[in-house]
Amino acid sequence: MNKVLFFAHLRDAVGEDFIKMDAAGKTVAQLKELLKEQYDLPRFDTVMTAINEEFCSDDDVIQEGDEIAFIPPVSGG
Amino acid sequence: MNFEISKEPINIQGVIDKVVDRDAGAINTFIGTVRETTKGKKTLYLIYEAYESMAVKKLEQIGREIQERWKGAKVAITHRVGRLEISDVAVVIAVSTPHRAASYEASRYAIERIKEMVPIWKKEHWEDGAEWIGDQLEQVPYPSGKPEVKDLDE
Repeated sequence: MNKVLFFAHLRDAVGEDFIKMDAAGKTVAQLKELLKEQYDLPRFDTVMTAINEEFCSDDDVIQEGDEIAFIPPVSGG
Repeated sequence: MNFEISKEPINIQGVIDKVVDRDAGAINTFIGTVRETTKGKKTLYLIYEAYESMAVKKLEQIGREIQERWKGAKVAITHRVGRLEISDVAVVIAVSTPHRAASYEASRYAIERIKEMVPIWKKEHWEDGAEWIGDQLEQVPYPSGKPEVKDLDE
């Protein structure tokens, strides 16, 4: 099982801070496609992705238990 | 704990105290505050949120990057989250270095890096609506899907 986190406008779009799903074996790109089919995710192509709190690429493969977070363009500071 | 996300108002002196060093010749303190007017639009208040555990890790990374670039530097950063009013302190960066020039440079480096890759977001609330800010960064391309250190050096 995997925990998938949403922040800022993505959380507003999904309506949840996170969802639980089985994403093991999928690439980040594949997970993004799957989520795009399930939710209306504005500007989803501009977000970065983190696996276990480290930025990753779309080609990275998700492992069992990984925590995935979608990181919209940041605006701290 | 030199790198923190805080739900409470930031104790500025407390951040400065973390970088006091007998070999330091300078402590540079940057205080980021909530501005009322952005692009002609009046902000009523802001909500900051963070992916807290990752944000702390990324702040720690910035600290390591600074120590690699400016020898002898000590760094402390606290970023606030939650509802902030106009003029409230959103972020405090303290850097001590043996000589003053490096403390200015490292402080600037830290805030630019925060704005680039630390997972913190602000939602601006106006009289006629609200929006998560971040879209303005769409002109910043991340070809590899993530921000790179070298982007800052250009």
